Amino acid sequence: MDWSLVFGNAVAELISPTTAAYALAAIGLAVHFGYTGLLNFGQAAFMAIGAYGFAVSILNFGFSFWGAIAVSIGLSIVFALILGIPTLRLRSDYLAIVTIASAEILRYVVSTTSMVGLTGGSNGLSAFGFQFYDMNPFPAGNYLFWPFDVTEKELWVRVVGWALVILASLLVLVMMRSPWGRVVKGIREDEDAVRSLGKNVYAYKMQSLILGGVLGTLAGIIFILPRAVQPANYGTGLTFFIWTVMLLGGAATVLGPVVGSMVFWVLLSLTDGILQGLVNIGVITFLTTDQIGPVRFILIGLGLMALVVFRPQGIFGNKKELQFNV
Amino acid sequence: MSNQISLGDASPGCQKVDPILVADNVSRQFGGLTAVNVAHLEIPRGKITALIGPNGAGKTTLFNLLTGFDKPTTGTWTFEGKNLAGVASYKVARLGMVRTFQLTKALSMLTVIENMRLGAQKQPGERFLAAMFRPLWSGFENRITVQAEDLLKRFKLDAKRDDFAAALSGGQRKLLEMARALMAEPKLVMLDEPMAGVNPALTQSLLDHIKDLKSNGTTVLFVEHDMHMVRHISDWVVVMAEGKIVAEGPPADVMKDQAVIDAYLGAHADIDLGTVSIKTVKDGE
Repeated sequence: MDWSLVFGNAVAELISPTTAAYALAAIGLAVHFGYTGLLNFGQAAFMAIGAYGFAVSILNFGFSFWGAIAVSIGLSIVFALILGIPTLRLRSDYLAIVTIASAEILRYVVSTTSMVGLTGGSNGLSAFGFQFYDMNPFPAGNYLFWPFDVTEKELWVRVVGWALVILASLLVLVMMRSPWGRVVKGIREDEDAVRSLGKNVYAYKMQSLILGGVLGTLAGIIFILPRAVQPANYGTGLTFFIWTVMLLGGAATVLGPVVGSMVFWVLLSLTDGILQGLVNIGVITFLTTDQIGPVRFILIGLGLMALVVFRPQGIFGNKKELQFNV
Repeated sequence: MSNQISLGDASPGCQKVDPILVADNVSRQFGGLTAVNVAHLEIPRGKITALIGPNGAGKTTLFNLLTGFDKPTTGTWTFEGKNLAGVASYKVARLGMVRTFQLTKALSMLTVIENMRLGAQKQPGERFLAAMFRPLWSGFENRITVQAEDLLKRFKLDAKRDDFAAALSGGQRKLLEMARALMAEPKLVMLDEPMAGVNPALTQSLLDHIKDLKSNGTTVLFVEHDMHMVRHISDWVVVMAEGKIVAEGPPADVMKDQAVIDAYLGAHADIDLGTVSIKTVKDGE
């Protein structure tokens, strides 16, 4: 087996657009859960809204790139309002139930056969990124160095994706150091206390839900730029990967989700490469290459369990500030 | 029994010379249980009023109703002439009626100074868009920080300024919650058992703070079980039992009231209410 290839593939994940998309979605989730204490189990839905809002408005309605982004963000705000209006006055558990259910509803709706004309049904959508790649300022060629070597298209989507991650991190940093962030963190601790100090808790929770949701939507757009839109990608599995990424790095931290996403994808690629290699050279005989995909997620699950036991605050988290205490 | 606070003699539901809060027909039923059933209650402005009564008398429920944390079955009430029935709790606080809780709600994972700053009203940086631009709110932030540090000093919490509130003792959290409520510069502060669980050495300073509030013109309404403290600092005492107001008056008179003795002590009516409290408090004076 070619170890340099295995490690090269794993290290390349550090800057892959998928890693950027997961980091962005996890930053949004950190705004919800880490800072405000909102249990959002439907981050996949916000990502799906980004993906479909973007692709459908370009393919079916002939929107420009920026128009499609605006549509996605608008839809994401509407979705946050629909989720939040009935549930944010209630205890946090209700938001969890409603978000997980509505994310599944959304996935089933876009994959029904009667929606084929609009969403492509279970086949999804593709070839919607031409405007994005037309804007590419990099001339054709190969860029960067091993193991990060990419084509001009791959470079462009990476630059945009990581620029967005940096902007989102800075935004969250500024917001959480502001008095607005103080109110939101107070709500995480005890919303009645914050209410007794004259703050409109409901409005703050709604603003937080929208902010985190819009970040999830932008993540959804970055996620599909290098690939097609597939409804199967937006199941509860995606939501829980985003949760893993956030908890891995530290829920109430700015850098946590970014590093969490990098660690998550490098480990996933590394376990995949190593297991594939070991099966191919006959060291592992009780698995076939088809079974490796699920096995690496079992390993990731074990890793997450170990994390909860030994480092509940995540890699960057301050143990005093946040643990798994929901 | 004439006095300077009520119009005419003190009696349950009597009118006050200058009421800040007036409640009428406020009731709250939990299923078949009537937790609160107050026909009429006036809280005198600029005075310290104690709300006492045995466990389950409905004191905390009345607090919750008046501050919008619970919805009454019936009733209306006004604060400085403004109708408050059906007004959301955060708006009640903005009007200047700020409460604390029986079970302390210090925001544990925020530092002491951040807890204090949160109490300030009208910080422009608490608005979503303004929060992104520090110059819009940093001046206000500096002012409330000075105010907060001054309050922390008065409550002897200045050494804990940058600690997480979770690191404070139970009594210190009570102090922090009270100081935080004062950051809002309330006209009426409602303290739910401010002394419960506080070390006797701290109770004296808490009592002094409550008296300070009065001298600054703030009206205080507090729930307390310790009769000695009630007698010591309150100008007026309202007694609740089984959801109703059974007696009102200056502390010395109320303690002798047969209805109060019945409500509180039942068979042990021969014990003077003032001596029920723990002796250490007297030692601390």
